[in-house]
Amino acid sequence: MNIDLTEQELAFQKEVQDFFANDFPKDIKDKQDKGIYLKKDDHIRWQKALYNKGWAGINWPVEHGGTGWTATQKYIYANEAAKANAPRIVPFGLTMVAPVIFTYGNDEQKQRFLPDILASNVWWCQGYSEPNAGSDLASLKTKAVRDGDHYIVNGTKTWTTLGQHADWIFCLVRTDDTGRKQQGISFLLIDMKTPGVSVHPIITIDGTHEVNEVHFEDVRVPAENLIGQEGQGWTYAKVLLTHERTGIARVAESKALLASLKRMVNSDNDQLMNMKDNAVFMTRLIEAEIELKALEYTELRVLSAVSTGKAPGPESSILKIKGTEIMQLLNELFVEVAGIYALPYVPEQYQDGFEGDTVGPRFAPKTSATYYNNRKVSIYGGTNEIQKNIISKQVLGL
Amino acid sequence: MDFSLNDIQEMMRDSASKFIQKEYDFETRRKLSKSEDGFSQKNWELFAELGWLALPIDEDQGGIGGTVLDTIILQEELGKGLVVEPYFPCILLGANLINSFASDEQKEALLGPILEGSKKITLAHSEGHSPFDISQIKTVAEKTNNGFVINGKKSVVLNAQHADELLVVARTSGNTGDKSGLSVFVVSKDHPGLSIRGYETNDGLRAGDVTFVNVTLGAEAVLGTLDDAFGPVQKVLLEGIVNLAGEAVGIMEKLVDLTGEYLRIREQFNAPIGKFQALQHRCADMFMEKEQAKSMLYFAAIETAKQNDDYEKACAMLKVRIGNAARFVGQQAVQLHGGMGVTDELSVGHYFKRLTTLNAMLGSRDYHLNELVKSA
Repeated sequence: MNIDLTEQELAFQKEVQDFFANDFPKDIKDKQDKGIYLKKDDHIRWQKALYNKGWAGINWPVEHGGTGWTATQKYIYANEAAKANAPRIVPFGLTMVAPVIFTYGNDEQKQRFLPDILASNVWWCQGYSEPNAGSDLASLKTKAVRDGDHYIVNGTKTWTTLGQHADWIFCLVRTDDTGRKQQGISFLLIDMKTPGVSVHPIITIDGTHEVNEVHFEDVRVPAENLIGQEGQGWTYAKVLLTHERTGIARVAESKALLASLKRMVNSDNDQLMNMKDNAVFMTRLIEAEIELKALEYTELRVLSAVSTGKAPGPESSILKIKGTEIMQLLNELFVEVAGIYALPYVPEQYQDGFEGDTVGPRFAPKTSATYYNNRKVSIYGGTNEIQKNIISKQVLGL
Repeated sequence: MDFSLNDIQEMMRDSASKFIQKEYDFETRRKLSKSEDGFSQKNWELFAELGWLALPIDEDQGGIGGTVLDTIILQEELGKGLVVEPYFPCILLGANLINSFASDEQKEALLGPILEGSKKITLAHSEGHSPFDISQIKTVAEKTNNGFVINGKKSVVLNAQHADELLVVARTSGNTGDKSGLSVFVVSKDHPGLSIRGYETNDGLRAGDVTFVNVTLGAEAVLGTLDDAFGPVQKVLLEGIVNLAGEAVGIMEKLVDLTGEYLRIREQFNAPIGKFQALQHRCADMFMEKEQAKSMLYFAAIETAKQNDDYEKACAMLKVRIGNAARFVGQQAVQLHGGMGVTDELSVGHYFKRLTTLNAMLGSRDYHLNELVKSA
């Protein structure tokens, strides 16, 4: 039992550190450090920097241009990326649809879609949830009816993150409503420029436009955009959901958050309350630190199992629940540190190009926005209650 | 990065697991616990044969040279069987301290019979006001012309009534709170002035309060070096925290299994109660607590085995995390068994009581959390 890095792994760690020191665009880093919201172009430039280094396809097989990294290398990368305050990779193309395409797509689809995903030339979004199909995703109703060489799609998808930027959407659509609801679902790729597709913003409680509703009205989609077999979409979607479990806990990001929280607490900023001597707060902070350390080792146990060729054990199902709980707790503690400066809502000071002084300490008012926004993390990707259903059924046999 | 077990660890786990399955069902354990001594000398000799008593002792002393990474594996299995034999106080505390702190002559004289299983010792460090931090103890050993005179009281010394010799931590110089000036004395249980009030503990094990009235000892009774015991005893107690956590994780594994089993069998409202989501989620929460506790155990065990700079903090963090998990898993296992959970007949309540006991030993969750906050 050990967590030591090998010589090669240490060398790799150095290479990753060098990459972030030299190739991570300075203006993007500056925005990240100041809490400025990134624009579409920022995301693309950052992901292209990764692509140019050959590191865009972190979970991709080498034959499609992936890194072929071991679990430990991914862990090292995630930690360095979090330390460098790098943006998250927008997951819909590189992490979500690509594995479905390289696993179930035909050769033509692989050639057509994968290179542009890898190079971040095309922005993807996800069409899973519907207004009446959330936790019960399999009850989705967006219909795709075959008409010659096309499917005609009608319906509504929702919670479509960054759909306003997207060129393409991958959708679960119903092609048959006669059998079990899990059957008759198909996996379809749709060009967002197709007539009949419209995107409608949803503003979240932090005041930002991140998610959308996407409406489909008689949208004609070429049948060649169907992935795999008609009616097998549910199976593919489940594979997608379980494909990349490592990283779902976002331990590296929470570690960076905790470090930054501790710096804040020790900063002696005279615009903030002294939390260092507040035993009640410090107790919560220490308990968060303990929980995060435990989660880090739960993740390491999963990685270790995966790297020795075993399937991830039951501990992997904890990652989403605990990971999101800890992130939300840290967000909450930031709000506590911000004190009275958690109140001001001054969104323009977090927009690109803002000049001048912020209201209160730079980080403080943003903490509220993050706190409100991140209430989503225990809801998306299968609510934490759904995750507990999964544990009780699949792990405990109830 | 590797969390798999090595050969010795696999061997320990297998032999312990077989022993529990074959020789240690709950009714057997109950009888042992209710017997005069509260455990079986025959089992103890078997532990010696299986190499368990020698596990944490250096190879040049006839041991196996294991670290906490090895002993926690054994402890997990012993926890599942709610083993009543005094492995923790005699081997993981007492013998461990002799192994790391005693002079060569003392090791020679003391360890042999212990590893054979013919002699038992225990560590008398705790006092009611300070079960973990020995710098706060009040028991004093005053220097005389020929040696020392001990006065004071040690609280809830594990298996004190079974120990042939007690390793007694006492202050030999300096003031309360000082790390220097603490020493360990090897005192025979029959020594004049030493009296033991033995009793059963809530978890069915044994302990005793030990009183010292003018216990007069020669200088040869000092274990290791005079006045320098703080570091070595502290290290043994920190390793003790890791080992107790190993046992707690084994117990929690067992409780999650037992509870899941009960939920699949027990029917109410014409359905197994495991079909009810409120209970499913509670069970999922128990499972997560147990896994997080286990992860924390591995973290602290690795830090401790390597003696990393922050290992003391890691052990305190572990005691807090294990304390949280043990309370939740123990209480909820009882709750989900309904009325049966509070009966003496079922094993569940006994696992719960052992978990509760483990929290109180070597500083509770609240104690260590407070220490972490103070030093943050």
